[in-house]
Amino acid sequence: MDTTASRGLATKDIVYIALFAALTAALGLMPPIHFAGAALPPISAQSLGVMLAGAVLGSKRGGLALLLFIGLVAVGLPLLSGGRGGFGVLMGTSGGFLLVWPLCAYIIGYLMEKDTAANAIKTGLYVAFGGIVVMYAAGIPWMAFIGKLGLTKSLTIMVAYIPGDLVKVVLATIIARGLRRAYPNL
Amino acid sequence: MLDLYSPGTSLLHRLPPAAKMLAMLIGATLLFLNESLPITVAATLGILALYPIAQLTLKQAFAQIRPLLIIFVLFFAVQWYFSGLELAAYVVLRLTALILLASLVTLTTRSSDMIDTMTRGLRHLKPLGVNPEKVSLAISLALRFIPVLAQITREVREAQKTRGLERSVIAVAMPMAIRAIKMADDISDAIDSRGYRS
Amino acid sequence: MIDLQNVSVSFGERTVLHDISLSLAERRIAIIGANGSGKSTFARLLNGLALPTSGDVLVDGLNTRKKGRDVRRKVGFVFQNPDNQIVMPVVEEDLAFGMKNLEFSKADIATKTDEILARYNMSDLREHPAHLLSGGQKQLLAISGVLVMTPDILVMDEPTTLLDLRNKRRIARAVAALDQMVITVTHDLDLIADYDRVIVIDEGQIFADGAPKEVIPAYERLMA
Repeated sequence: MDTTASRGLATKDIVYIALFAALTAALGLMPPIHFAGAALPPISAQSLGVMLAGAVLGSKRGGLALLLFIGLVAVGLPLLSGGRGGFGVLMGTSGGFLLVWPLCAYIIGYLMEKDTAANAIKTGLYVAFGGIVVMYAAGIPWMAFIGKLGLTKSLTIMVAYIPGDLVKVVLATIIARGLRRAYPNL
Repeated sequence: MLDLYSPGTSLLHRLPPAAKMLAMLIGATLLFLNESLPITVAATLGILALYPIAQLTLKQAFAQIRPLLIIFVLFFAVQWYFSGLELAAYVVLRLTALILLASLVTLTTRSSDMIDTMTRGLRHLKPLGVNPEKVSLAISLALRFIPVLAQITREVREAQKTRGLERSVIAVAMPMAIRAIKMADDISDAIDSRGYRS
Repeated sequence: MIDLQNVSVSFGERTVLHDISLSLAERRIAIIGANGSGKSTFARLLNGLALPTSGDVLVDGLNTRKKGRDVRRKVGFVFQNPDNQIVMPVVEEDLAFGMKNLEFSKADIATKTDEILARYNMSDLREHPAHLLSGGQKQLLAISGVLVMTPDILVMDEPTTLLDLRNKRRIARAVAALDQMVITVTHDLDLIADYDRVIVIDEGQIFADGAPKEVIPAYERLMA
């Protein structure tokens, strides 16, 4: 994985980058998961793609996969869950959460590369750091700025999404570890 | 490829994508610099007036806002409660204007034209190690993979349905990802067999 | 003409092909064998997608180890699943992909695209999204995408396995009409009945090699 940085992208790297961008899009087609009844908002499986790209492909390729995905959304392809796309969504209230995806994947990949022997718990923590902490650290100030809300109120709104994101962290960790076992040389 | 483009022949359709994107960025910045409610109202109406000029209906304009309706109501309520009606109206109108403006670009520009513009723009980033040909290949491949992955997802969900597992994310995502990676490995070989120089 | 000289392939501990030496020159050659017999690896050796662990593969004298790109120029490869082979989202873009890599001129690309689409009755599918083609059309597109690059030799890895009977026959007819040398890896014994030479691979070794009417019965006994 560390060799990709030094020798540029091989055919296989380009294919994997495109694949995980497409995977993130395809995950947007899965019906949102409802849990805890109506008490919590339904969660879309889409940000699972972010976590998987980072945890499976590593920093550079994972980050580029999501950069490609966001680029395709920006040019007007309806790839976000619910068939949304275009500049409007990226500039809207949740724009910060979306635009930071490449960085989230990069950071998850970076942490995994620094600790290749990470067990399930540690992997989960890395995924949670990139997929929740970093994402919220960008998304909440953006929302506060766009809606002139102030950080506390924006944070309060987003608290309802945290349980769903934790579920995704667990799923991403299980799937990423499974894929790594199935394809050790990815 | 299915995009959000709405076919037409208006001036806005004919403008080069780069000009539209630049105008959008300037417009968005101005909306955020401005603090006055009357100007925001005027801007919203002005942007809305561009919709018929671009051969778009007001229904299409509303469709851009609809997914955000709940969050708008929420923002409006919170702002009204804490800071008063005027700020609540200002915030929600500014958001509306921003989204209508950005959607105007999306609705009047084909994705393929936008992709062309962007890949051409990438040539200027060559000194930073960006290879526009690799970016084009990645874009084409992603567009090629999306329908195939959607099909694989459907097949895997069908297969898991017989086992009562179609709502289990792991039971769907794991076989889907494994098949997807197998496809990626094959396609990477196919690209190399067809003379691609990476 | 392809020469294999004492070729062995291992993946870690597992040896997939044992010390194979062969000369392939007939116009129609089939490679048959059970699942996991090593026949797919054999096919991938022929255009340098896989390299031997020991020994050499020479295509018209070019060693696949050193001249991978030139070898792939000569040897076109068709995969089992066309979905894993079609690179571009639209039919004509996919046909152009290999030709662009070989730096064919625009005019040349256009003529060859017209020609091949007409040959397989797909002219009206030119701007069609590739994923909406039928299984048989996808495989024809995959083969076309390779043929437009004018390879001297075509290697096909189970090209009909995923197809129904009608499309199997369609592909068989298309292949029969080709001028090139064709090497087909397959389970489909009907497809190869009139081939010049059939090679049976079993557990990484050549089990039988000869004309179909002698070799196929031997293969059927082996599989029984």
